[in-house]
Amino acid sequence: MNWRGKALRFCEVTGLPILEPFVRLAAGEDPKEQFVGIAKFVLLPIAAMVLFIGLWSVAASKVVTDSAQLPSPSSTWAAGKQLFAMHWKQKQADRDRKIEKLKLARTLVLQAKQTEIEAASASEADKAQLLANVEVLRVKALQAANYTPASAPTFVDQIFTSVKTVFFGFAMATLIAVPLGVLCGMSSWFNAAMNPFIQLFKPVSPLAWLPLSFIVIMWMYSGSTGETYFSKSFLISAATVTMCSLWPTLVNTTLGVASVDKDYLNVAKVLKLSPLQQLTKIILPASLPLMFAGMRISLGVGWMVLIAADMLAQNPGLGKFVWDEFQNGSSMTYARIAFSVIVIGVIGLLLDRVMIFLRNLVSFGNPVAA
Amino acid sequence: MTTELAPEPNFLAKRPAPPPPIIEMRGVVKGYGSGVTRTEVLQNINLNIREGEFLAVCGFSGSGKTTFMQLLAGLLLPDRGVILMEGEPIAEPAPDRGLVFQNYSLLPWLTVRGNIALSVDSVFCQWSKGERRDHVEKFITLVGLSHAAHRRPHELSGGMRQRTSLARMLAMKPKVLLLDEPLSALDALTRAQLQDEILRIWEEERQTCVMITNDVDEAILVADRIVPLNPGPRASLGPTFAVDLPRPRNRTALNHNATFKNLRGAITNYLVAVRTKSRDDEAAQSVAPTFVLPDLRPKDLRAYSKAILN
Amino acid sequence: MAGYVEMFRLGKTYDTKNGPVVIVEEFNLNMSQGEYICLLGHSGCGKSTVLMMAAGLNPITTGGIVVAGREIDGPGPDRGIVFQSPCLMPWMTAIENVLLGVDQVYPHGTKAQRRDIAGYYLSLVGLGASLHKRASALSQGMQQRVGIARAFALKPKMLLLDEPFGMLDSLTRMELQEILLDILRRDKVTTLMITHDVDEALFMSDRVVMMTNGPRARVGAIFNMPFERPRLRAEVLDHPEYYDYRSRMIEFLQEQDHKKLRNDIARHSSSQPAVGKELESVV
Repeated sequence: MNWRGKALRFCEVTGLPILEPFVRLAAGEDPKEQFVGIAKFVLLPIAAMVLFIGLWSVAASKVVTDSAQLPSPSSTWAAGKQLFAMHWKQKQADRDRKIEKLKLARTLVLQAKQTEIEAASASEADKAQLLANVEVLRVKALQAANYTPASAPTFVDQIFTSVKTVFFGFAMATLIAVPLGVLCGMSSWFNAAMNPFIQLFKPVSPLAWLPLSFIVIMWMYSGSTGETYFSKSFLISAATVTMCSLWPTLVNTTLGVASVDKDYLNVAKVLKLSPLQQLTKIILPASLPLMFAGMRISLGVGWMVLIAADMLAQNPGLGKFVWDEFQNGSSMTYARIAFSVIVIGVIGLLLDRVMIFLRNLVSFGNPVAA
Repeated sequence: MTTELAPEPNFLAKRPAPPPPIIEMRGVVKGYGSGVTRTEVLQNINLNIREGEFLAVCGFSGSGKTTFMQLLAGLLLPDRGVILMEGEPIAEPAPDRGLVFQNYSLLPWLTVRGNIALSVDSVFCQWSKGERRDHVEKFITLVGLSHAAHRRPHELSGGMRQRTSLARMLAMKPKVLLLDEPLSALDALTRAQLQDEILRIWEEERQTCVMITNDVDEAILVADRIVPLNPGPRASLGPTFAVDLPRPRNRTALNHNATFKNLRGAITNYLVAVRTKSRDDEAAQSVAPTFVLPDLRPKDLRAYSKAILN
Repeated sequence: MAGYVEMFRLGKTYDTKNGPVVIVEEFNLNMSQGEYICLLGHSGCGKSTVLMMAAGLNPITTGGIVVAGREIDGPGPDRGIVFQSPCLMPWMTAIENVLLGVDQVYPHGTKAQRRDIAGYYLSLVGLGASLHKRASALSQGMQQRVGIARAFALKPKMLLLDEPFGMLDSLTRMELQEILLDILRRDKVTTLMITHDVDEALFMSDRVVMMTNGPRARVGAIFNMPFERPRLRAEVLDHPEYYDYRSRMIEFLQEQDHKKLRNDIARHSSSQPAVGKELESVV
C-alpha cells in the first residue's frame, strides 16, 4: 500500500485534509469512517457556505441607501462574470488590432520592396526620392509590427499586476531578511547592533513608508530617461511590500538560527565540519521550519498591505481597481467591489497555502497543522 | 508459539484457591484502522485479575501497554472479546477504576488541593462541603504533600506531581487502581521513593491494583503476580510469574534473596528471548543489502576548524 | 605504567554568582587499550563533566587528558561520542546522518567506499533495512542505533558514551547493550561510558569507577568485573558474585545519597530559601 502512504503524506504536506477520506476510501478502508470524514471536511463546509450566502442575500435586500445597495450574491456573481467577459473581449479586440497591424506591416514591407525595385530602374533625380520613401515605409512597417495595444488594464490584468508585485516585494524582503537573520542568529554582537532598528521599525505601519519609498524611487529614476525595466509605480508598491514583510522573516530566522539544538552543534564540532559545512549542513536546515513560518507571515502581511498601498498611491493593481470603482460610481460599482474582495481573499488564501506547503516540506517529516 | 520460552515451572502461578476475579478479560482483540490498513495491537488477551492482588504487566515500549490500560479503564472498547468487571462488561470510564498516567495529567491552573478537590467534588457530589474538604485533606496528607497543597503543578518536582496525581486517583475511592507506567518519567532516586510510597498506601487498603511497567525490578518489588506482554504488533500475554516474596519487601534485603535473584533472572531472560525472537522474525521478512567494509583508515583531522555558532 | 588513555589530576571549576564552584577535583584514571570502563554515580555528580572534558566539548580547568599519546585540545572525530539523546539531524536519512561524519574523515575514499562504510555499520546495529528512512521517522531506540553506527563508522581511538540508553525503557536498553557489546567484540575500541544503572555497568564494563557526589567529585571506588567475555546476560546474572558486586555498588550509591541529603539539610538550615526546592526534589 505504498501509493496510499504517499497520497496521505501529500494530503498532510499540502495541508489538504479534504482529500484524506477519499484516499482512504480508495485504499479500501472502512467506508463508514470515511463518509464521516467526507461529511466533516466537505459537506459541512459547503453547508456553512450556503448558509452564509443565504444570510448575505437577506442582508443585501435590507442594506439600502438613497444612492446604493449592498450587492446581493447573484449581482456579485454577475459582476464577476461581466468583469471576466470584458477582459476576454478586450483581449480579443487587442488580438484583432494586432493582426490588423501585422497585415499592414506586411503590406508596407511589400510596398517598400516594390519601391526599391522601381528605384533601381529610375533616373538619378527620382532615385533619391524613392529611396527616402523606402526608408519611411520601412520605419512605418517596423512600427506596425511592434504595435502593442495600449488599452486600459482590465480586472484580470490588475490581478496579475498585484500578484507580480507582491511576489517581487516578498522576494526582495526574503533576500534581505534571511542573510541578516542568519547573521543576527549566529552573532549576538551583530544582533545587538541590529536589534534597535528591528524593534523600532517593526511596529511602523508599512503605509507610512509609502511617501519615503516614493521619494527614493523618484530619486533613483531622476537621471534615467526613456524605457526602464520596471515602472516606477511597480517599484514603489513592491518596496512597500518589502518594508513590511521584512520583519517577520528576519525575526523568525534569527530565532531559528539562535535556537539550533546545541546537540547538533556538538556533532558539528566533533566532526570538525568546516564553517561552510556547518552553515549548509546543520544551521540552515535546522532553522528552515522557523524561517518558513516567518516567511508565511511575511507574505500574508505583504498581500494585505499591497492592496492598501495600491489604493493610497494609485498604483496599478487590485487596490486601484477597487478605488477607481468606488470613485466611478456606476450601477455595478458595489457588486464589482464585492467581487474584488472575494478575489483578494482567494488569492491571499492561495498564497498562504503555498507557504504552508513549503514549510511542511522542510519540517523534517512532521508537518504542522495549518 | 512461545512454549519453548516458558520459564521453569516453579514460577508459574499455582495458588490453591484463588479468590474470584474482579476483572476478567476474555479473548480481547484490539486494533486500529480498518480494512487493508488495519494494524492489530492486542491479540487474544485472556486474564483474570483477582480481588485485592497487585498485578504488574511488564512489557516493551510499543507493545500496546497503553492500549491495554485504556481498555481496562474503559477509554477504549475491545474489537472482539469481553472485559468484565464484577460480571458487568466495561463500557465507559467509571470512578471505580482510577487511572494514573505517566505524564501526571494535572490541570496546570489548579493547585494540588484544587486538582484533588475537582475529582472529589464530582464523584462525591452528595457529600457536604465540609466532608469533601476533609476528604481532600486526608489524601493530601496521605501522599505527604501537606506543605505543598497550595502550589501549582509547575512549582512541583516530577515526584511531587506524580504524588498529586496518585492522591487525586485514590481520593475517588476506586475499587481498582490502574497505574500506567506511573514512574517512568522520574529519576532513579525519586522512583525508588515513590515505589515505597505506593506500596505503603496499597498495604493499608489492599485495593486491587494493576501497574504497567518496563522495569523488572520494580515489578518484582511491588507485585504479587507479573504478566509479561509479548512484543507487538499482535501482542499477547506471556506466562504468569508468581512473586512469592514476603511483604513488606525491602529493596536492599531483596538483593540477597535467592528467590528474588532467580525470579529476576527468569523474567529478564524470558523478555530478552521473546524480543530477540520477534526481531529475528522481522529480520527474516525484510531484505537488507549487505555491505563489505572497505579497508580505509580515517584521516587525521588535527587542523582545528572553529565552530561558527555556539 | 602509562595507559592508552590517561586522565591526570583532572579538575573543573565553574564561576558562578556566588564565587567559583569546584565540580570535579583530582580525578585520576588510566585506561588500557580496548578497555571498557563505566563511570557510575548519581545525576549531577560530575561524571558528565568528566566525559565532556574528554570529548573536548567542555574546557578543562586543571590537569589534562592524553589519548593515544596526544593531549586533547578540543573536540575531534578521533573520539566518537554517543549522547543521551540521539541528536541525529532529523532532516537527514539514517545513512545520511552516518555519512555526515564518514565523508568528513574519509575524504581520500571513493563515494562508493564511504557508502559501504556507513551501510556496513548501520547493518551491524540492525538497521540494514532502514537505511533511507528519515531520522525523524525512527523510534528513539532506532535513532540511538544510528548514533552508535555513526560513532563506530569513524573508527575512533576512543568511544565516549554519555548515558546512551538513559532515555530508553529498560527492555530496549538491554537490547541495545547487547548490540553495543557485539560491535565492540569486532572493533575493540577503548570505551568510557557514563551510567547510573548499576546492572548496565555490571553487564558492560571491565572496570566500574564509582564517583563521589559533587561538588569536588573524584574517584570513590573501582571495581574489577570478574565476568568473562563474550558476555551472555543469563550467564552474567547467574554468576555467583553478580549480586555481591551489585549490592556493594548500590550501598556505595546510597552512602553518597545520605551524604548529599546531610549536606542539603545543612545548607537548608543555614537560611538560603533557594535550596529548599532542591531538597524537596530529593525527598
